[in-house]
Amino acid sequence: MKRILVAIKRVVDYNVRIRVKPDGSGVITDGVKMSINPFDEIALEEALRLKEKGIVEEVLAVSIGTADCQQQLRTALAMGADRAILVQTDAVIEPLDAARIFRALCERETPLLAILGKQAIDDDCSQTGQMLAALWGRPQATFASKVEINGDVARVTREVDAGLETIEVDLPAVITTDLRLNEPRYVKLPDIMKAKKKPLDTLDPGALGVTPVERLKPVKFEPPPVRAKGVMVKDTQELIDALRRKGLA
Amino acid sequence: MNRILIVGEHDGSRLNPAIAKCVTCARGIPDAEITIAVFAADPTAVAADAATVAGVDRVVTVTHAIHSNALAAAIAPQLAELAAAYTHVFGPSTTFGKDLMPRVAALLDAPQVSDLMAVESATRFRRPIYASNAITTVAAAEGSKIIATVRIASFEAAGVSVAPAPIEAVTVAAEPATHTRFISVSSARSDRPDLQTAAKVVSGGRALASADNFGILFKLADKMGAAVGASRAAVDAGYAANEMQVGQTGKIISPDLYLAFGISGAIQHLTGIKDAKTIVAINKDPEAPIFEVADIGLVGDLFQIVPELDRLLG
Repeated sequence: MKRILVAIKRVVDYNVRIRVKPDGSGVITDGVKMSINPFDEIALEEALRLKEKGIVEEVLAVSIGTADCQQQLRTALAMGADRAILVQTDAVIEPLDAARIFRALCERETPLLAILGKQAIDDDCSQTGQMLAALWGRPQATFASKVEINGDVARVTREVDAGLETIEVDLPAVITTDLRLNEPRYVKLPDIMKAKKKPLDTLDPGALGVTPVERLKPVKFEPPPVRAKGVMVKDTQELIDALRRKGLA
Repeated sequence: MNRILIVGEHDGSRLNPAIAKCVTCARGIPDAEITIAVFAADPTAVAADAATVAGVDRVVTVTHAIHSNALAAAIAPQLAELAAAYTHVFGPSTTFGKDLMPRVAALLDAPQVSDLMAVESATRFRRPIYASNAITTVAAAEGSKIIATVRIASFEAAGVSVAPAPIEAVTVAAEPATHTRFISVSSARSDRPDLQTAAKVVSGGRALASADNFGILFKLADKMGAAVGASRAAVDAGYAANEMQVGQTGKIISPDLYLAFGISGAIQHLTGIKDAKTIVAINKDPEAPIFEVADIGLVGDLFQIVPELDRLLG
């Protein structure tokens, strides 16, 4: 069966204003709203559209993390994923280990595409998709804003610093999503009910041959430096005067 | 001795200015010996550029026809092979570096420090997380190879050296992957300064209300010798091109002057401008969050203020 594997990361909701714990040991996540990483939602939406076009038959949503990630996988199933796998662990999973887990699953599930968000909005690493592509020995098309599948190749438009780049990759391949690839659908109530019956399997990383390793130890967390309070000017002339005093105009 | 390999991003003829900032970052590592690697179909001009960046000890070139366009899948196996002789492998936090470096890290089974913003030691670095709402310090194990993308807004460019570093052509055994093919790139090439390295940036938000209206910002920018940026809202609405987006998921910039017109200042946008030396905000809404970070604020209608600025700066 032709399928797409989609990565779903549970992250602090993008509307939450993050605060660092007073002891610098991390950021406050207790009682904070959690959501699917917005880029992963776009990844899932793209997979669902490719399924609706008849290019694949199945969309598999995969998350890595604590048992709480089941919430985000249920949301993914409600959006339209056919089944889900939670690789359950309480360990901190660095991108390289996430990639090793996804690689093991790609070898098992042989998807046509693995679609991931271009970055997670918590650690902002932007690594996992590219690492998966390397370990899996397959092409990568990162920061995608348009995806077309033609037989055994994908033509992907990428948002790069210079503008829009188009590349062609042999399938299977890894795609990471940028903001403008699509607009994810809203979940409807009946779909939430239906999603409860869809399969959600739980696996241990060890079952995939992966033992998580801490390669980069987080030593401390700090709030960012605060900018000094600025001044308000009342009109354009005052603005120009202020800029001239700073030697900027 | 720490041996640092920096991948020399280029456009075929010139070294990307971000690389001189990566060199400054690398010079922060104690006892550093710095090499720039250039992968190109014809590396001559770019290598000559790289050799004059102050602090660079050596430039190595890998010539292959496939490198006429930069493809991560083609460069990664060759860069990973070269990396064997180095303790650190750095690339810029541009879309090129972000695409390439994790692929190299995975091939080397090494961790990557993304958006490295400060060097504390050869194995200890600071980087932003949560859209720069927190800064974390990370430490790699001694002896571990370290891959990083360098947050270019955090470093000044290294100067130009009068005595160019030696350039050496090297051969690598790893063949570039051919499963990825470049088709085309479309960009609004212009004579305006590059957004990521410009000293002055004029930027617009959704309040511009149309792509045509962005024209007044381009006009002002040209008078000021500034680059033009945009908020995500303006790009999503189709008023500005994607490569103009400034913010967490767009470009992170550090100009001397950032002029924000009709940008409310979502945290994701502020992430992209926090390193600007002077931020000027012009907005109709006195409660707009952009005023919290602005050094100079002006409440008013941009459609009146932009032409006034244009005229008075004349």
